[in-house]
Amino acid sequence: MLGYVLRRLFTAIPTLFFIVTGAFFLIRVAPGGPFNLERPLEAKVMENLNKIYHLDKPLWEQYLYYLGNLMRGDFGPSFVYRDFSVSELFASGLPVSVQIGASALVLALVFGTLLGVAAALRQNQPADYGVVGLATLGITIPTFVIAPLLSLVFGVWLGWLPAGGWGDGAFANKVLPVVTLALPQIAVVTRLTRGAMIEAMRSHHIRTARAYGLKPWTVVVVHALRSAILPVVSYAGPAAAALLTGSVVVETIFGIPGIGRYFVQAALNRDYTLVMGTVIVIAIFIIIFNLVVDLLYALIDPRVRLG
Amino acid sequence: MTAMTDAVGVEPVLDIQNLRVTFQTNDGPVAAVRGVDISVSKGETVAIVGESGSGKSQTMMAAMGLLSDNGRAEGRVLYRGEDILGLPLKRLNTVRGARITMIFQEPMTSLDPLYSIERQLCEPMIEHGGLGRKAAAARALDLLKLVGIPAPEDKIKAYPYELSGGQRQRVMIAMALANDPDVLIADEPTTALDVTTQAQILELLADLQKRIGIAVVFITHDLGIVRRIADRVVVMKDGEVVEAGQTAKIFDHPAHPYTRMLLDAEPEGEKPPVGEDKPIVIDGQKVGVSFAIPRGFMKQPVLFHAVEDVSLVVREGQTLGIVGESGSGKSTLGRALLQLLPHSGRVHFDGQDISNAGKQVMRPLRRQMQLVFQDPFGSLSPRMTVGQVVTEGLLVHEPGLSAGERDRRACQVLEEVSLDPAMRNRYPHEFSGGQRQRIAIARTMVLKPRLVVLDEPTSALDRTVQKQIVELLRGLQAEHRLTYVFISHDLAVVRALADTVVVMKTGKVVEAGPTAAIFEAPRDPYTRDLIAAAALEPMHGRVVGA
Repeated sequence: MLGYVLRRLFTAIPTLFFIVTGAFFLIRVAPGGPFNLERPLEAKVMENLNKIYHLDKPLWEQYLYYLGNLMRGDFGPSFVYRDFSVSELFASGLPVSVQIGASALVLALVFGTLLGVAAALRQNQPADYGVVGLATLGITIPTFVIAPLLSLVFGVWLGWLPAGGWGDGAFANKVLPVVTLALPQIAVVTRLTRGAMIEAMRSHHIRTARAYGLKPWTVVVVHALRSAILPVVSYAGPAAAALLTGSVVVETIFGIPGIGRYFVQAALNRDYTLVMGTVIVIAIFIIIFNLVVDLLYALIDPRVRLG
Repeated sequence: MTAMTDAVGVEPVLDIQNLRVTFQTNDGPVAAVRGVDISVSKGETVAIVGESGSGKSQTMMAAMGLLSDNGRAEGRVLYRGEDILGLPLKRLNTVRGARITMIFQEPMTSLDPLYSIERQLCEPMIEHGGLGRKAAAARALDLLKLVGIPAPEDKIKAYPYELSGGQRQRVMIAMALANDPDVLIADEPTTALDVTTQAQILELLADLQKRIGIAVVFITHDLGIVRRIADRVVVMKDGEVVEAGQTAKIFDHPAHPYTRMLLDAEPEGEKPPVGEDKPIVIDGQKVGVSFAIPRGFMKQPVLFHAVEDVSLVVREGQTLGIVGESGSGKSTLGRALLQLLPHSGRVHFDGQDISNAGKQVMRPLRRQMQLVFQDPFGSLSPRMTVGQVVTEGLLVHEPGLSAGERDRRACQVLEEVSLDPAMRNRYPHEFSGGQRQRIAIARTMVLKPRLVVLDEPTSALDRTVQKQIVELLRGLQAEHRLTYVFISHDLAVVRALADTVVVMKTGKVVEAGPTAAIFEAPRDPYTRDLIAAAALEPMHGRVVGA
């Protein structure tokens, strides 16, 4: 088990290397640069800036220089947020995004599973149609609609919660962004659980469990849900990586200092080092959560062998 | 019905009265069971027989409250005088799994793949017997010994996927016996198993019944089994009981024509011999197939020999029967002969060496070498009409044919397999299993092949339908001088069709020879086991079509 985890992490190193290389050259292919502002800088200033940030060197030299720094854990300075290094930006933003994302993930898994199971057990009954309808709504309405709506209703009209802002991480400030992030995920998890549960409840071994007079709880949770949860687990891995690395929409609308915003802004601004940093952070999260999914699979299903 | 209860003279343990089952479907309500009475007393075995769709399984599922959501049951199901139909779940669950237990047809999927055997065996004991974990585990081990699982101390910790089908069915039987029930309902418990395993399981059930004295309801379509184990027989057709009575009476003096038809369904006759002067169609010398099983990165794969050194010769118009249990390599051998798998040794087709021949060599020969599969449901494309399915091969082998001509050929060949040509514009799902197998046969016949490899073509079918397919294959062979390689684990069918038989076990031939010699005087103990397990009726000694 430990050996398997170490081997997986070891094989992640070349994966990361390819991602870094690909991203590095791709963002450089995009026209423009970090200092091409709307009002062009003076040639002399531009030259100096390029010199400071090593942009005057050939591309391969820049690449080697970046790799060298990366080895030492240095993501370099941000090109646009002057005075900040990329590491500093992440150190302040990542905990915020992870907090919001993790809360949304837990919310999604708990409610999604509950609703999915409840709907599956009442298949083709009003309660089922209700849940499926809500889930469809949750998937189809984009977050950039939900977020301002929630903010308007609970923040402005009712005045129960702050309409936006971080408030140094006060609980009240987190509620709306977490709910906004969680809603579409609840919808997806509900649908996945419902489908898998309906199939599981029809399987032969559930028939056996029922024929042997086991309690409904044992039949539904111990036997059916354990196999029905597998598709949810495979979905939850990549979803967790996406949630924990922050959402552009939610962070922008609620004014939350997470790292989700950086990805879009950095790409638009050609903030090369920040783009690279975001890519690496997201890649690491995806690699880790895929590993977690595989471990969970082996834990749930004895037929899955790690190796 | 009253006469039946009187005949035994004891109060029935389980008494099903006027049971009706209706399913709500998109096409309106469907009556699956229409007023069935079945009763079983202590120590008695009652067999419910009938073809698929006769409602025999649904009767017992309804009695146990296991119908799917769209099903509704009416009538009375008395267990020791108490009506258990429509009891609240909590009350019903004091009977199910405790007093009345079930074994199912599907040993591969009836156990939860995610839990160990021990855990699953213990669950009902803890639930109903009030046993603690330790006590239940100890009893589970005893039960596994009772049902004859090898190495029970290891197997109890195993997961279902680590057990064979026969072993899993033994686990199910152990589970069924765990709480000393009064009634055991066995729903086709041996259908999915090999013949020798089947015989062992039946013996085990009979032995246990003698020792424990439970009442058994045995659902099956196999009359050979019924004759061996049942005290009384209930024959069902279209959701109704058409005949019921003592086993001997039903077998000796069947009153209902449907019963007579079921009894008459054993494939009959034997094949007229083919002269030694006929040309050899397929000649395999020391054919072997092995698969490499990867063992992981940088390790030498293990070679698994699926078929080893098999030699066989089939002449024009002959049928070679390849028999053996699952995993014996018989299907692999069939595919190797058709050059669908790389193999060692030599294979000659019509005198031409086709051993591991390339696409260019094989393409023109493919038309003459056809294959029919076991599964009539999976082997026809659901998106193509029957006419398209049947003539698809012509598109490859006679690309010049006009659409009209192809359609004419489709009609012709469908008639040949006794299907109405007007049905060629329908899709496969509209046909029954037997009809689909006819379509699959028509698909090969349209190409006018010389050699047809039939891989368990009758195994998924009811006995009465099997018999029709056997007749069809026999007729086609006589008319077109076809050569068959007939792969089957069903000895009755092989005996009716084959000139020569090859008996395979774990990839090797254990015995080969003319059909009559193999069946009348088997030399190898394994062949003897197979034949004994199949419980064949004595040869009729009648030659069909001679």
